[in-house]
Amino acid sequence: MKFWPLLLAYLTRRKTRTLLTVGSFAVSLFLFCLLATIRAGFQSGVQAAGADRLVVINKVSLIQPLPLAYRDRILKVPGIKEATYANWFGGVYQDERNFFAQFAIDHTTYRQMFPEFVVPDDQWKAFEADKQGAIAGESTAKRFGWKVGDRIPIKGAIFPGNWEFNLVGIYKGRRPNDDLTQFWFRWDHLIEKAPEWAKGFVGWYTVRVQPGADAVAVTKDIDSRFANSPWETRTQSEQAFMASFVEQMGNIGFLMTVIGSVVFFTLLLVAGNTMAMSVRERTGELAVLKTVGFTDLAVLALVLVEVILIALVGGAIGIGLAKLFTLRGDPTNGMFASFYLPPSAMAAGAALTLLVGLLAGLIPATTAMRLQVVQALRKL
Amino acid sequence: MVKVGGNGQSGTLIVVRNLAKTYRRGAEELQVLQGINLDIDKGDFVAFMGPSGSGKTTLLNLLGGLDVPSAGTVTVAGDEISHLSGPRLTKWRARHVGFVFQMYNLLPVLSAFRNVELPLLLTPLSKAERKKHVELALSLVGLADRAGHKPVELSGGQQQRVAIARAIVADATFLLCDEPTGDLDRKSADEILELLEKLVHQHGKTILMVTHDPRAAERAHATLHLDKGVLSQ
Repeated sequence: MKFWPLLLAYLTRRKTRTLLTVGSFAVSLFLFCLLATIRAGFQSGVQAAGADRLVVINKVSLIQPLPLAYRDRILKVPGIKEATYANWFGGVYQDERNFFAQFAIDHTTYRQMFPEFVVPDDQWKAFEADKQGAIAGESTAKRFGWKVGDRIPIKGAIFPGNWEFNLVGIYKGRRPNDDLTQFWFRWDHLIEKAPEWAKGFVGWYTVRVQPGADAVAVTKDIDSRFANSPWETRTQSEQAFMASFVEQMGNIGFLMTVIGSVVFFTLLLVAGNTMAMSVRERTGELAVLKTVGFTDLAVLALVLVEVILIALVGGAIGIGLAKLFTLRGDPTNGMFASFYLPPSAMAAGAALTLLVGLLAGLIPATTAMRLQVVQALRKL
Repeated sequence: MVKVGGNGQSGTLIVVRNLAKTYRRGAEELQVLQGINLDIDKGDFVAFMGPSGSGKTTLLNLLGGLDVPSAGTVTVAGDEISHLSGPRLTKWRARHVGFVFQMYNLLPVLSAFRNVELPLLLTPLSKAERKKHVELALSLVGLADRAGHKPVELSGGQQQRVAIARAIVADATFLLCDEPTGDLDRKSADEILELLEKLVHQHGKTILMVTHDPRAAERAHATLHLDKGVLSQ
């Protein structure tokens, strides 16, 4: 602490330069956190997927249906605890840009399968009682200003016609990365109004394996039971199922890593150059410090602490601004299931800030440490 | 008492024996100091004079532990410093030597108080103790009322007095002054010289001063001459 006035004096020596360097750290960390948020948004489904849940889809593709009759046969597979099913609806609310996922769900089994989605009991009872009932995720309800009791018109695309639903509930998530953008309505209502080709079919099944059951064996067992049938199945863990969605959009993780690396490398050059200039400017002053008894290590530490302080202040501002930005919600109007800056990303950002600060300060600090007092004083 | 070529009697503060400094420039060897023998007692005020390039500043650097000799020894208060390693030499310097430079060499970003406090940051003194020492040093050089001023807000003479306060604040064993009046007008130079004399006579300090100014040298107890790296009285 006794060196604080000296550090502060150096930090405020060239205020504009210090502010710009702090700003470059802040902008970089803001960008890093934003990228991390986008990545988490893409992968929220993967991360939120239940470890004990499997998804059964048509082997040809997800858009091909499976017979409803498979439900009872799936439930007979040893190791299966429960099963539910759903359909993708794919309707349009007012405008095609107002995208959100709509699922026709089996209201008798769905809630138990997905306990991470929290629906108040009275709202769920209303859903069970009303065939035209619907439940929306909190984000979607907030996005469109819906409240319980509203009538929601949706124009069908896969299932033609104008559909209207009574919003009877709004669900929340137990975890920050739970998808709060979905819209559920009852599968029996869908089938009632659906064309003939859709009757007796579901989009996919979600099953829960019993505790201790071999999920891989269960997976193989399900698929083998429907092999060589007109509707062969492909069973996979819910996590793998969600990951396949993300992969369809390309290697998001790699892209984010490349952008993040470029940002941090540029930051390293900027901060390193700034500190090198700063040290060059005070060659004489550093020589004076050494003359009065500051050891080489003390001078090294002084320069390193200075650059790390700049880095940490900038990093904290960047991370703080990014957190505030993400708290305002998804700016893309529903592109992401969740728009949430994970604490792990903030911690990684802070660690990267520290690392870049250290690396940027290393060469100037070593230069300062190696400064020959006699030669430096001669230049004054 | 100052003796060139002395015999290192007891009570001698600084004993220099066969001191030499050689610089290499490629294949060329440049002998800056050769065969220096010198005894300086506690409380001496010694002036070194000589033409430019005669080795005055090099001698001061060797005596102050800023540089290491090519040959010979420097012993200060019984400690032989000639072969101390970097960090040990730095610590020794912090404890024993106060430096005053021609260009004052104050840190422009710090106030007079903070500049004087610098050597004390390396000691285990508390904040209150450091404050007391700094205030005492500043009042000794007559600048107690300028403690909060930055160097740019002080005249040359005042800046040099701050530098002297910094040199004495940690109660250094001796002061090395490299042309302390070289950048000052006559009046300010006289004030600085009076201050140095006061430190010697009233506070028992030992001062070694390099100067080109004969009037400054007159204030010293002894004037030693250096020419082509050889010392004479």
